[in-house]
Amino acid sequence: MEIMTELKDNTGLVDFAVTARKYKTLLTEKFRNRKVWEAPNEKEVRSHIPGTIVKICVSEGQEVKAGTLLLIHEAMKMQNRVEMPYDGRISKINVTEGEKIPKDFVMIEIA
Amino acid sequence: MSLKQNIEELRELKAVAEKGGGDAAIEKQISMGKMTARERILALLDPDSFQEYDLFVEHEERNFGMDKKVLPGDGVITGIGTIGGHPVCIYAQDFTVMGGSLGLKHARKITKIMDHALKMKVPCIGINDSGGARIQEGIGALAGYGEIFYRNTMASGVIPQISVILGPCAGGAVYSPALTDFVFVVDNISKMFITGPNVIESVLGEKISQEELGGARVHAEITGNAHFFAKSEMECFDQIKTLLSYVPSNNAKKANDIEPHKPTFKKKIENIIPSDPKQPYDVRDIIRAIVDSSEFFEVQELFAPNIVIGFARLNGETIGIVANQPMYLAGVLDCDSADKAARFIRYCDSFNIPILTLEDMPGYLPGVDQEHAGVIRHGAKVLYAYSEATVPKVTVILRKAYGGGYIAMNSRHLGADFVFALPSAEIAVMGPEGAANIIFAKEIREAADPNAMREEKVKEYTAKFANPFVAASKGFIDAVIEPGETRDLLIHTLAVSKEKEEYRPVKKHGIPPF
Repeated sequence: MEIMTELKDNTGLVDFAVTARKYKTLLTEKFRNRKVWEAPNEKEVRSHIPGTIVKICVSEGQEVKAGTLLLIHEAMKMQNRVEMPYDGRISKINVTEGEKIPKDFVMIEIA
Repeated sequence: MSLKQNIEELRELKAVAEKGGGDAAIEKQISMGKMTARERILALLDPDSFQEYDLFVEHEERNFGMDKKVLPGDGVITGIGTIGGHPVCIYAQDFTVMGGSLGLKHARKITKIMDHALKMKVPCIGINDSGGARIQEGIGALAGYGEIFYRNTMASGVIPQISVILGPCAGGAVYSPALTDFVFVVDNISKMFITGPNVIESVLGEKISQEELGGARVHAEITGNAHFFAKSEMECFDQIKTLLSYVPSNNAKKANDIEPHKPTFKKKIENIIPSDPKQPYDVRDIIRAIVDSSEFFEVQELFAPNIVIGFARLNGETIGIVANQPMYLAGVLDCDSADKAARFIRYCDSFNIPILTLEDMPGYLPGVDQEHAGVIRHGAKVLYAYSEATVPKVTVILRKAYGGGYIAMNSRHLGADFVFALPSAEIAVMGPEGAANIIFAKEIREAADPNAMREEKVKEYTAKFANPFVAASKGFIDAVIEPGETRDLLIHTLAVSKEKEEYRPVKKHGIPPF
């Protein structure tokens, strides 16, 4: 069930579902801007913290064993080692050495 | 030198020191749309009540050319005065003196006035306008911040602590306001953040303005760090004066009573609450229909508006009000509203202010974002705060009181002293639709027309359970009352609670789900 349905009037009220009933109410800006959850994709290696890619140790197309060092991601004066989560092939590398990336950035994609 | 000459000399020294950073810096401060530190103190305090301390304190730093720098008052003005005739301690950082930067002596002036406030049991007001730590003083500045935070914590719950953000307040500086009871911000002037836009840009490459990152509106609406938002410094000072009129000077006192007044709001409660539980209304209209002069001083008006908190008076006595707001997000409890309510309840309890809870809520907000943001531990704060509070606690159930929300909103089970329900109250384990779907699942599934059957069962459940009488029959509520009786009854409950004493097990402190 959709959590809310916009009403076609000018009051700004929406039909807002709390369990089995829908209430007419206004939304806050913060609620409208909330991050909608997505199921994690295990084929993506994402950054957990913003920082800089210091070194990339693999190349696209390479078969890599679990635990192999993929890259070094420096954040808050700490060099974090990002390792291969399971055996697989590197399908795409979305970062370059020296690049600054935000949190939750897809750094490497695994086939 | 004669005494007369001494006096002349004193006057000259004072005149120079009181100028702070000097004419050019003052002009710059004014061009930024800001008042000077001294103007702010004089505007906030009663006329001619300010007595300054430590005007001639000087820094002792000798590195980086600081030995040649004269910093009048070391960039902060401290002293004591009165607001509404009641004494307060106050300090104001002076941005015209080296950007109001905090060095050790600057901090020690602040801790001295804080110690004084705690000893004299009077409120302490801090006006923040500072570029941050004075880097030349190195860890001396860090020590200064730490000594302020320690005193904020020691004074917490003993004297009212008020932070006014009238300029930048960045890095470690933000934690003193965060530890105080109420934070006041002014549009376009206040800026608060741990790491500023420059650091964020150099680390992340993300460009954001100071205003977008930590302006007044951001903290009043999104983070909840600020409690009062004003358009101008003068409006902000009026808000502070109003707040202080509602609260006592320390935790050993009750707030001052004033002359009682009848509400001026003309609408009646029965005409405000729609009978359809799905229709919203502004719960503040209910408050206005109940309290003296219909005056409600709302706290955190813009943050988590699905719960309303603030101060009002009943028969001249200060009360704190916590009310679900059906107008926003159906009045649910969520991470933000739970956090907002719980802290306010603890404030009222600390300062002997009775708490009135007005309940109309369908439960906790469902959603992955809420669950992952920790709605369990945030929601638990409300249970903790209500259970722990020993001030008189009264609840009026206006309409919906479902499930976990019913328990949380100062129910009898958490130790409420009085629980009343209007005839429109629906006190039930959940909304009729949800309950019927579960209890009558088999009948609905096996019916020739499941939708018709569901509708019938919802009606049946509504008739039997969506009312205040089941709870009344179990003694969970004390009385079902007519809306028109509400104010008089609340005044009565306050009158009979004046000598309330309730004790808690001896302990160092509890462990609330912070």
